[in-house]
Amino acid sequence: MSHEVVEKNIGLWAIMVLVIMSTAGLGEIIPLFFLTAPKGVGSTVEPVRGLQPYDALRLEGRDIYIREGCAHCHTQMVRPFQPETQRYGPFSVAGESVYDHPALWGIKRTGPDLARVGSGYSDFWHREHLRDPASVVPGSIMPAYPWLAETVMDGTLTTTKMRTMNTLLRLTCRTCAVYAEKDIEAGPAKVRGSTEEEALIAYLNGDSDQPGGLGHPAP
Amino acid sequence: MNTHNTYNYTVVRQFARMTLVWGIVGMGIGVWAAAELAFPSLNLGIPWLSFGRLSPVHSSLLLFAFGGNALFATSYYVVQRTCHTRLFNDGLAAFTFWGWQCVIVLALCTLPYGMTSGKAFAELEWPIDILITIVWIAYAVVFFGTIVQRNTSYVYVANWFFGAYILAVAALHILNSAALPVGLWPMKSYSLYPGTVDAMVSAWYSQGLVDAFMPGAFFGVLYYFLPRQLGHPVYSYRLIVVQFWTFVSLALWAASQHLLYTALPDWTQSLGMVCAVFLIAPFLAGVINGFMTVSADWHRLHSDIILRFLVLALFFYGVEGLEGVVTSIRSVNAFTQYTDWTVSHVHAAGLGWIGFLAFGAFYAMLPRLFNIEQMYSIPLILLHFWFATVGTMLYLLALGGAGMVQSLMWYAQNDDGTLAYRFVESLQVSHPLYVVRLLGGMLYLAGMCLMTYNAWKTVASTLPKARKNEDSVSEVDSVIDHHPAEVHHDSHPPLDPRHGPHRPVDPRHSANPHTGSQHSSESPAHHADH
Repeated sequence: MSHEVVEKNIGLWAIMVLVIMSTAGLGEIIPLFFLTAPKGVGSTVEPVRGLQPYDALRLEGRDIYIREGCAHCHTQMVRPFQPETQRYGPFSVAGESVYDHPALWGIKRTGPDLARVGSGYSDFWHREHLRDPASVVPGSIMPAYPWLAETVMDGTLTTTKMRTMNTLLRLTCRTCAVYAEKDIEAGPAKVRGSTEEEALIAYLNGDSDQPGGLGHPAP
Repeated sequence: MNTHNTYNYTVVRQFARMTLVWGIVGMGIGVWAAAELAFPSLNLGIPWLSFGRLSPVHSSLLLFAFGGNALFATSYYVVQRTCHTRLFNDGLAAFTFWGWQCVIVLALCTLPYGMTSGKAFAELEWPIDILITIVWIAYAVVFFGTIVQRNTSYVYVANWFFGAYILAVAALHILNSAALPVGLWPMKSYSLYPGTVDAMVSAWYSQGLVDAFMPGAFFGVLYYFLPRQLGHPVYSYRLIVVQFWTFVSLALWAASQHLLYTALPDWTQSLGMVCAVFLIAPFLAGVINGFMTVSADWHRLHSDIILRFLVLALFFYGVEGLEGVVTSIRSVNAFTQYTDWTVSHVHAAGLGWIGFLAFGAFYAMLPRLFNIEQMYSIPLILLHFWFATVGTMLYLLALGGAGMVQSLMWYAQNDDGTLAYRFVESLQVSHPLYVVRLLGGMLYLAGMCLMTYNAWKTVASTLPKARKNEDSVSEVDSVIDHHPAEVHHDSHPPLDPRHGPHRPVDPRHSANPHTGSQHSSESPAHHADH
């Protein structure tokens, strides 16, 4: 076919462009919905062994992380390089992110990676750091977040958020755990009265006996 | 004479004005954010001024408000001039203008308050995403509708690049923004895609919009304004065909190069890397074609300031594209990813390619839009050129250097295998470079202000006349000056006979923006030369 035909027919041109462009999404994105791995290893749509959805307070904490734009300066993706695992901990795997809507892998490290920050610092350290970063990390250029400690949450959206997460998990993830009805009903009570700072720290410092925060180590 | 045959410049003027306004606002916020990185106390403890909230305001404004408006203006201008017909539907075109400004104002009302989807370069929340979709569909209808009712047999190449951008952004925006709403105020939603898939969809969107189709659309600007400025066709039509189709085929496949060494499956990473390396084909085709088009006219750079902007834009595109190809190779990427190198790279495209092309095109287009001889002040354009050039170079070198230093320090180990530096030390070393970057950004912003002042004075000089003649005479003027039938004789730059006609490789395949035809016998250059 002579190229002139395409140059004179804008409809044909548009169809060609659309078909050619959509191959990329079909080839690189669609298969990700169907990847499986041996049980417990986790994949793009299967959680690693033992990983649970974020509990109510951590889910709210994660939304504060998104709201404050933490992901503009912090990644949550430890790459498999020796100096990097030495600095941050075990490298990240796909099955750790299945409860993340959206992913917070980040694109730039103005500050260090936070994928495993929970395993290294106490709640007290985080509190001091959020209020005045340079007081615990001399030379830090991170902004202070004093308003987080002053804002008490009321948990009005918590139920909706948990139900929405359940819908998403049922849609996209075959082996994911979902919130039980009693957890959803108890959600607002767990959030109410906490400061935003406490919620953010709960998200950052998810402890290892209760998987779900950032501190959860890779299997 | 039928006024419906004249061009719709009203909407082009509106978009052009707002491009300048939002450019200053967006760059001003960028400068402030850069200052916060150099001097953290400037965060001032105010939530909406903290870096994490300002950063998306800066990137959204420059992508959607500066780049977006500039492309609305230039694509509406070029599609009318090259199709020899008025925009498809004036009402719908006006809707795209007001709708788009509404999107930008809503962005300014939500992002600083932390209402964000958290997805890179697609931070706007779901109600605004819906509005974007509606405006974008209207844009597509106006643009393709204009092409359908064209008075030329061929669709001129510049329109391919605009058209591909419109189609691609529609698909990218709708699929990447798919989410379930959680609340209307504050606006809140959760992305439809789970973790790894979401990261991939996000990378696909970022690659498509920021790295590929928005910069690509500016080839539409280049392929109209460069031959227009030179007065002869683009060097090779065939190279454009090669460039366009390889670009459309590979650009989105290269998406997963942004996730090398992450938790994305290895095969997806490798596929992206290979396609990103192959992107050197359209990249070289574009650069070679651009420079070869100018090749017989280097001497004009002494006298033609607009040409300087266009040529330097091409140079920065070369830098950016080469960087992109090299850093998409795994082992190189391991070194540059997550550092300030990435920021430098994005700004090579933003400040260098998109910025310089928009400036050059606007300096060429504004006087024609307002029907006057030339810009208010040529020395101010010259000053803008040097501010922008020095500013961009400072910016790119400072952050490129900072990126390399950061990476070296992150990976440095002592003899006993322990890490040589704490993370914060890589920041302290970067401080002087952040100051240089701030300086570069300020220079660039100053240049932008000069341009806006220049444009304002240019337009102000036409105001009394325009006001008087708003309804009747100016419409007739534009019929006389810009009637489609006359378009290829209209105010193209005089050709200098001393330097002879430009010879395209294949005379049958020379691209000509004035007639929309490939047959060079119809081109103004040949009319003038014979």
